[in-house]
Amino acid sequence: MSYITGVGLTPFGKHEGSSTLDLMSTAAEAAIADAGLKRGDIDGFLCGYSTTMPHIMLATVFAEHFGITPSYAHAIQVGGATGMAMAMLAHTLVDAGVAKHVLVVGGENRLTGQSRDASIQALAQVGHPTYEVPLGPTIPAYYGLVASRYMHEYGVTEEDLAEFAVLMRAHAKTHPGAQFYEAITVADVMASKPIASPLKLLDCCPVSDGGAAFVVSREPTGEIGIRVRGAAQAHTHQHVTAAPALSELGAEIALARAKAVSGLQIADVRYAAVYDSFTITLAMLLEDLGLAGRGEAAARVRAGHFGRDGAMPLNTHGGLLSYGHCGVGGAMAHLVETHLQMTGRAGNRQVRDASVALLHGDGGVLSSHVSMFLERVR
Amino acid sequence: MSQLKPAADWTTDVEAISYQCCALCHEVQYFRRAFCAACGATDPVDTIASGEGTVYATSLVLRAATPEARAHVPYNIVLIDTAEGFRMMAHGDPSLAIGDKVQARYTRFTGRLVPYFERTSS
Repeated sequence: MSYITGVGLTPFGKHEGSSTLDLMSTAAEAAIADAGLKRGDIDGFLCGYSTTMPHIMLATVFAEHFGITPSYAHAIQVGGATGMAMAMLAHTLVDAGVAKHVLVVGGENRLTGQSRDASIQALAQVGHPTYEVPLGPTIPAYYGLVASRYMHEYGVTEEDLAEFAVLMRAHAKTHPGAQFYEAITVADVMASKPIASPLKLLDCCPVSDGGAAFVVSREPTGEIGIRVRGAAQAHTHQHVTAAPALSELGAEIALARAKAVSGLQIADVRYAAVYDSFTITLAMLLEDLGLAGRGEAAARVRAGHFGRDGAMPLNTHGGLLSYGHCGVGGAMAHLVETHLQMTGRAGNRQVRDASVALLHGDGGVLSSHVSMFLERVR
Repeated sequence: MSQLKPAADWTTDVEAISYQCCALCHEVQYFRRAFCAACGATDPVDTIASGEGTVYATSLVLRAATPEARAHVPYNIVLIDTAEGFRMMAHGDPSLAIGDKVQARYTRFTGRLVPYFERTSS
């Protein structure tokens, strides 16, 4: 058994002059304080990677910098799924008695620490070095390929995809830490600059500076316990060329395993936190996870289903698409927001009932998947 | 583990698309290895593909990551399901649509040879 006992999140956007370690430290400090703990209580530490600060031992670099001497520490790399994979590993470590309080941190000055070209180029290396990268695809192109096929098979339109960008922006408008908060319309998304068809600028998440952290503990440290009910993964491929059919992607497999270990069903879920690097990512994952029927997610957005006051509030902080995406910390913001909602601390974004939440992370090109169920207990 | 011979295809500047066929389980694979990824048998047989296929997916790139690639914008990235049964990434005519029957020819992109698929006339 394990509990998420504290969370920390910086605003996303430009943090001129802040390094990876600065952003990680700020988020870590906030999460430890939120858990009511001290640095010395932390006996396990996990972090991701930073494209602006590549290092073979980032975890111990950070631990030394931050002033902790954990009995268990290392970094892990699962692309966009890293945050949720760390949450799962922290849960597993605590559950196995390896550590009592695992601090999990992600942070990077991805926006101001390098040029936009360098960032795009670094990320495009998830492609195959011989059979894909020489052709000049970008991350939006990998997802553009997936989008073209998904739209073809399920009758989804570009206007449908635009709905997800509009929804995430509407949510970001209510969060002071969001990188983008000016309201947009479907027409704005449609008119935005083409990047890699069918994806346009506003279908893509931004590059951000930011940091996020949380603490996973053996027992609750406050009155409300946010218990990890279960988590599971699936890894079906790395490269889009080697991806299975759309009906066999990893999200459904990971979710089925997470349901089995947690004993929970989609019908139990009251709040959803789903990876949204592109509008197509969110549309597909919602449908893969069974939060909407095939080709029906956009209609549910239009009907208000995924809004703050809807039946299944989704990414109420604005997601990667509008809160921002600083790499590993990007998807960790989904977990931070989920925790705030579940503990009734989301202020003007608070939903009626977030007693059970489903979180899902995706890395690569729908390559690596992590699903997790959280439950509020008193 | 047996030594992998260098490929003789577009990845080494030869106008051809190659793949491997397992002598044991008969699975085909596009990413070149010294073994069959399906059954683990060594020395899958190098085979040259016909260059015929069907468009599985397309994405027209308008924002490239490098100055060299930017000179080619817009260029169409396509996934092709080949007649031989493997899927590959390539460039293609900008007018290609999913389901189109296509044939490979070749072009140069950022100084390298790359496969470029066009709709077959029939």
